[in-house]
Amino acid sequence: MRRRVLPGLTLSLGITLLYVGLIVALPLGALIFKAASLGPEDYWRIISSGRALASYRVTVLSAAAATVFNLVFGLALAWVLVRYSFPGKRLVDAIVDLPFALPTAVAGIALTTLFAPNGWFGSWLSEAGIRVAYTPLGIMIAMAFTSLPFIVRTVQPVLEDLDPALEEAAQSLGGSDVAIFRKVILPLLVPALLAGVSLAFARSLGEFGAIIFIAGNQPFETEITALLAFIRLEEYDYQAAAAIASVLLITAFAMLAVTNFLQARALRYTARS
Amino acid sequence: MSKYLRKAKPPRVGDAPAVRRSLIAFVLLVGAVLILAPLVVIFVQAFSQGFSTFARTIAQPDTRHAIFMTVATALIAVPINTAFGIAAAWAITKFDFPGKRLLTVVIEIPFSISPIVAGVAYLFVYGLQGVFGPALQAADIKILFALPGIVLASMFVTAPFVARELIPLMQAQGRDLEEAATSLGASGWRTFFSVTLPNIRWAMLYGVVLCNARVMGEFGAVSVVSGNIRGQTNTLPLHVELLYHDYQTVGAFAAASILTALALVTIVAKVILEHQGAGRAGRPMLAGPAVEAKETHQ
Amino acid sequence: MKITLDTVVKTFDTFRAVHGVSLEIESGELIALLGPSGSGKTTILRMVAGLEYADSGSILFGDKDATDIPVRDRGVGFVFQHYALFPHMTVAENIAFGMKVSKRKRSREEIATRVTELLALVRLEGLGDRFPTQISGGQRQRVALARALAVDPRVLLLDEPFGALDANVRRDLRRWLREIHDQLGITTLFVTHDQEEALDLADRVVILEQGRIVQEGTPEEVCRRPNSPFVTKFLGDAHRLVGPVTSGSARVAGGTVAVPSLPDGQAEIFVRPADLSWGEGDIPAEVTRVIDRPDGRRVVVRLEDGTTLELDMPPETRIEKGDRQTLRVRRAHAFPLA
Repeated sequence: MRRRVLPGLTLSLGITLLYVGLIVALPLGALIFKAASLGPEDYWRIISSGRALASYRVTVLSAAAATVFNLVFGLALAWVLVRYSFPGKRLVDAIVDLPFALPTAVAGIALTTLFAPNGWFGSWLSEAGIRVAYTPLGIMIAMAFTSLPFIVRTVQPVLEDLDPALEEAAQSLGGSDVAIFRKVILPLLVPALLAGVSLAFARSLGEFGAIIFIAGNQPFETEITALLAFIRLEEYDYQAAAAIASVLLITAFAMLAVTNFLQARALRYTARS
Repeated sequence: MSKYLRKAKPPRVGDAPAVRRSLIAFVLLVGAVLILAPLVVIFVQAFSQGFSTFARTIAQPDTRHAIFMTVATALIAVPINTAFGIAAAWAITKFDFPGKRLLTVVIEIPFSISPIVAGVAYLFVYGLQGVFGPALQAADIKILFALPGIVLASMFVTAPFVARELIPLMQAQGRDLEEAATSLGASGWRTFFSVTLPNIRWAMLYGVVLCNARVMGEFGAVSVVSGNIRGQTNTLPLHVELLYHDYQTVGAFAAASILTALALVTIVAKVILEHQGAGRAGRPMLAGPAVEAKETHQ
Repeated sequence: MKITLDTVVKTFDTFRAVHGVSLEIESGELIALLGPSGSGKTTILRMVAGLEYADSGSILFGDKDATDIPVRDRGVGFVFQHYALFPHMTVAENIAFGMKVSKRKRSREEIATRVTELLALVRLEGLGDRFPTQISGGQRQRVALARALAVDPRVLLLDEPFGALDANVRRDLRRWLREIHDQLGITTLFVTHDQEEALDLADRVVILEQGRIVQEGTPEEVCRRPNSPFVTKFLGDAHRLVGPVTSGSARVAGGTVAVPSLPDGQAEIFVRPADLSWGEGDIPAEVTRVIDRPDGRRVVVRLEDGTTLELDMPPETRIEKGDRQTLRVRRAHAFPLA
């Protein structure tokens, strides 16, 4: 190990560990402890109840749909922002961050107002027979909104830094635009896309504020898992709340692990022998 | 044969006018529906009954108290979080110690956890069902359903914000400058303030701005630990919910418009700081490094 | 394939990179575009490739105007300065890329066979499964060449092909590239700022300065008969003397230099270290420094007027700082001063 030349290790590491310990690790530990104290049967009964299973289904499916939507839209948006110039581009670039900056509750009521049957878009859509608010489609839209910047912001810098010579080389070898995009550009974006997708998906799985207004929150139909945990809490059923929250927690950890693995695989070509 | 009007550059992939136009149109259309429309509808609703109604709703004591709670939370949580972010970045980038990678991962954890999980977790520490709850009640210390709980929950969800801006930047800057300063006889604090801080101030501010926006806007985690007591423990986002569910649409959107204005200020600050080189520019790239041409001896 | 450039002009924003360059490259020739940075040599190469469009003038491939043919249909093999290997593809996939995306459909076996052939040609057998990051710089350079050759280009274009390599790797690859060229007979144009590289490799050297061709010819022609002070200095170490010429003899620093072909008037005279003899002639000089090198001694001398010259002497020469003698200029490139 390198000899320590600089001062401040004890102080800075002390503050860091204290903060991480008290603010992050202690509550998560308490949650896991609480969930573990349930005993395997009770735990399993709670997390596999019909209502819980239905909530997983609607959460995961909506999150997946929102992520796929953002994969396409985010890639297109990043592409347009990097490769083309048009009036107002800088404004568009700045406003892409709105979903991060806007409090989720505010986003929730705004989207609900827009997509409610009497709203700007809702009235129009309901004429076409499409209901958005108070359906899983509404959940999907709220998730798509809150997780929108992730894919744009992970892909954009990679696209900016893509060596133009790679494209020129592919062109000089006779590749068509479609072939070059599919075989050269897209594969080089895969690691960034993966990172963006997993961040967006994780965010959608855990999103609460933006969704509860638009979702309708009907058990078995439009009730997301985070809300179910919240409801159990309001019913003073702390054990059930702990169990369901632990499912969300474990899912988040699993997502982290899977993401790291996929990322390492996608980047395997950069490893030196 | 000489040509007069030629395009300056051969077309790149996707430069065909049809592709270009349809992509821009697609992006602008979807962006207008998904991002711009919510922004517009907030202000339209907030002012739907005129400015005086807007002003009156803002001036309600409950709303004013919610604003106070939100500002107070930010004033406590953001500085503490910033201090932590700096300490963590200093420890992680200036020293090698076992468990460093793990620590980096743990700091990032709140970023991928549902805010509801954070709230529930805090309940099991300080709530009556929790580890310290009974002892706290015996000592008559109120953490949950009060400002301290709100601050703690906010600190959890924003824990990575400053650190994640500073760590990659300070990693890239290395230790040379600090080592040089120390070798010239500067103390640790002196080194930090006159060598390190000037180089990281924009990134730090960037983290602070994002952290502040999240603290002021946090909903899920705070709604679990605040107890939603009107006029007492409601922050502004919680107050928005309360008014909305009370069918006080104008009031809800008026309160929401304050938070929206904050979001817009945040975005402007972000753009300004990005011009100073903070944010994306300092973060590591999620792609393979370009294959260098330089001979590598094997 | 014969290539003709006819008064080609290219301007970037306000900066004019290439001023009306005309050039003919015979089929099968190996040509070097030599010049300092900013001389427009890379821009010319990129215009031949179709990676840049000329503002005016035309580029002919054979008798056909290629000016407006897009790069993907031009049939050129381009080796980029930093190779531009696709980092996510193996060496074999890189080489196969052009064949896979080609309009001419080839079978899988045909492609595999061709890749094997090319790997053998560039002496990289067995490295087909490596990624570009897993091989050395010299190997990457050869992959880039194999990739460019895979599509059977009519013209091979190389942008500073050896610029990023170590000196000894560079020398080997240079000889090897010449062998490949002689074997395939493909018209080849390469860009370099290294005069040694250009002289070593090319059939003909085209020297550029500020977007204009200042001289072109075989290495022998440009070395023996440089047509300007710029070319003389650019091709190798040269020191400059200035003096008046009267009837074929220039007076410089207390002595004379024979310049038979020059008219009377002021002249500038360039001398290289190997052009000088110590202990002959009539130019007084004092040794200020002796630098020892493996192949001889480089002696730095000062003339009466303060000018510094350098000359090369055999390793066994006994000479030291402070020695005074006269010098003779045996050969020089002299130009009248306007």
